[in-house]
Amino acid sequence: MSATLPFVSIEPPLNYLNADYGWRSWLFTTDHKRIALLYLFSITAFFFVGGAFAVCMRLNLMTPEGIFSHDTYNKLFTMHGIIMVFFFLIPSIPATLGNFLVPMMIGARDLAFPRINLLSWYLYIVGGAIALTSVVKGGVDTGWTFYAPFSSTYSNTHVILAALGIFTAGFSSILTGLNFIVTIHKMRAPGMTWSRLPLFIWGHYATSLIQVLGTPVIAITMVLLGMERLLHAGIFDPSLGGDPVLFQHLFWFYSHPAVYIMILPGMAVISEIVSCFSRKAIFGYSFVALSSIAIAVLGFLVWGHHLFVAGQSMYASMAFSFLSFLVAVPSAIKVFNWTATMYKGSISFETPMLYAFGFIGLFTIGGLTGLFLATLAIDVHVTDTYFVIAHFHYVMVGGMVMAYLGGIHFWFPKITGRMYAEGWAKFAGLIVFVGFNLTFFPQFILGYQGMPRRYAHYPPEFQALNVMSTAGASILALGYLLPMIYLAYAWRYGPRAPQNPWNAKGLEWEQAPSPPPTFNFERQPIVTEDAYNYSGECGEAHHG
Amino acid sequence: MMQAFSLFPERASSTAGEVDALYTFLVVVCTGMTILIFCAVFFFAMRYRRKNENDPAPKAIRGSLPLEIAWSVIPFLIMLGMFAWGTKVYFANYALPPADALDVYVTGKQWMWKIQHPTGQREINELHVPLDRAVRLVLASEDVVHSFYIPAFRLKHDVVPGSYQTYWFKATKAGRYRIFCAEYCGTNHSDMGGWVTVMEPAEYANWLTAGTGGSMREQGAHVFQKYGCVTCHVTDQQGRCPSLVNVFGKPVVLEDGRTVTADEAYLRESILNPNAKIVKGYSRDIMPVFAGQLSEDALLQLIVYIKSLSPPGGPSR
Repeated sequence: MSATLPFVSIEPPLNYLNADYGWRSWLFTTDHKRIALLYLFSITAFFFVGGAFAVCMRLNLMTPEGIFSHDTYNKLFTMHGIIMVFFFLIPSIPATLGNFLVPMMIGARDLAFPRINLLSWYLYIVGGAIALTSVVKGGVDTGWTFYAPFSSTYSNTHVILAALGIFTAGFSSILTGLNFIVTIHKMRAPGMTWSRLPLFIWGHYATSLIQVLGTPVIAITMVLLGMERLLHAGIFDPSLGGDPVLFQHLFWFYSHPAVYIMILPGMAVISEIVSCFSRKAIFGYSFVALSSIAIAVLGFLVWGHHLFVAGQSMYASMAFSFLSFLVAVPSAIKVFNWTATMYKGSISFETPMLYAFGFIGLFTIGGLTGLFLATLAIDVHVTDTYFVIAHFHYVMVGGMVMAYLGGIHFWFPKITGRMYAEGWAKFAGLIVFVGFNLTFFPQFILGYQGMPRRYAHYPPEFQALNVMSTAGASILALGYLLPMIYLAYAWRYGPRAPQNPWNAKGLEWEQAPSPPPTFNFERQPIVTEDAYNYSGECGEAHHG
Repeated sequence: MMQAFSLFPERASSTAGEVDALYTFLVVVCTGMTILIFCAVFFFAMRYRRKNENDPAPKAIRGSLPLEIAWSVIPFLIMLGMFAWGTKVYFANYALPPADALDVYVTGKQWMWKIQHPTGQREINELHVPLDRAVRLVLASEDVVHSFYIPAFRLKHDVVPGSYQTYWFKATKAGRYRIFCAEYCGTNHSDMGGWVTVMEPAEYANWLTAGTGGSMREQGAHVFQKYGCVTCHVTDQQGRCPSLVNVFGKPVVLEDGRTVTADEAYLRESILNPNAKIVKGYSRDIMPVFAGQLSEDALLQLIVYIKSLSPPGGPSR
């Protein structure tokens, strides 16, 4: 970690990075900004572990016969899913950028419960360590979905350890959500009314609601799974008197809202970036803000669309299909409002904005292909095929990871006090975009042609598209490695960043130096205008 | 299987064309939507790009209620169309099949498909069906959740242990098409496949006459004897157990006053766990529990036999 700390001959003004240097000052810190960095480094490590599994999977799929044994391949996709979902995507933006920015954007010194914030990180690390132990001991082969009774009775891999890791990390997620909710309610600076909150805050507020209300359900599910596996309590396995479909209901009751935990913070980042690089207030502020809440609420009512062919009632499927279309509306509202924000703006094309364009494009495709899956008769054909894989990677990787990288590039000067090489950053962004599409677009076609997911071997007619996908993945991998290099270099050697390099609005840019001091602001900020007031209007602006 | 590259798998069932039409509709609508957004973003980005660093910030446009309503309601109405169309096609294949449908019994186990025909033919990883005739699959699993997927028919359904799942199709094109297991089921999941062979009716009739160990009904009758079902459930006049003659498909009144239909799922439950639903007027704990005693195959044979005790058009109870 010391290699990434700034090492300069002339000390910059006292800030959160140079306030103290010892390892204790990091591992026992209660500063939300330092905890954000602890998360940043740890989730990056998990991202590359999960990514390495994906690389192995794509190598295996170059040929119909594959290169790994069935069991090895089954463990690869299981661990890829578990690590990417629970240890990268869920914490990604909220625990890093959210942790850093939620207090700064509302004009607070820290989160409401700084020590609980540190506890969240430790729970995350303990959960991650348990999950990695299951990998080292030989892995898990249930798929990240843990469907019973395979997971509870038949699999002879380290299911309990993986479930325990997820169970533990879940509390980290709950505590982060709780911390954000209390902070946003109680610690806003004078004048920071709800209608003046940056949309980043609205997105994180909605995310936190899901984290607090949804995560206990996955914890319960994992406990029930453990009870059946260890004690043979008949809950899911019909030979013990249980119901396998019950597991799927419980699992998706959390895991569908969880995809909104993953995407809402991404949308929150995009609202900030689009507004800043268009130098223009966000179009339809209240619609964008409330659409986040609408997604959080409706997101709890659509889990049954994962069970259209699983044996639930046809009428339940019909209701879940309808509700799934309904939840598409607030997402569409956001995309339209971002587009409208650019209308008559003053648009520039720095790296974060390129990522925002990438996000809008890929999320649009990811979201629209979700309509195919909400349509009952089409879902019957494409569920559990590569169509689904392509769809959620467009949302989770094309959407969320694009937003995450966009956010990292946007706030990098604030977080580190340094500027990165714009040319390299744009180049890497382009590589990610091209590599991503080459990897995942062929999978839509594969899926409609009928190739099932989680196949170590596949019929030869699917090979050409799989080779394209693997070629794309190698480009994508390069695109993800590049930022590691030039950002690490910039952190150490990059030119010093001014307080507000993008001329952005927002307390973190306008009232705090880069990097900020430990308590964020030299004096208590007072808010007198709406968010995104780029045109400098004074007085009460009205909302559309 | 060698064919020119196509975005669509082969169309071999009456459903396939409908699903492809619906899919094409969604592809057209969604591509249109994507192009609209891409063009708007691209056009705005070019038209309103910042020409000079010192340009003053443009005037704020805070929003427009009519626009918000328009871009919420119009997409929603289009989606309602997708919803209605998709639901209609879905209900067609998962609701009741035509009355003359041929039943075929499928048992999934790690990692193979065992298939039984009412006439007694048994196959593994192969399914022979006639052209242009509705075929209803009754799906059972011996272990974990599987999914019986035939891409050329655009249909699949999970095979859930502890229950029967069904769907039906009508094959419209002779040929051989792949079967996949689509629900991850352990080590050799990706090898748990097979072929469905769609045959001309005459050819199918020939295939059916190939030697068997007796029809499923006959094998079921044997099971019925072997496990002693016959001692109570057909001839018993002392009121210990309900007669199974003319029961299948009929309503049954239970001791708690509810009425259920004696379908396959009900028969399965009452064989494996007789006390789950006791018929009104009979006592609990008379019949032994058969859970764990009968294989899924034998259970299906037994059910076919019990169905044969209720010929269509027989008297109602």
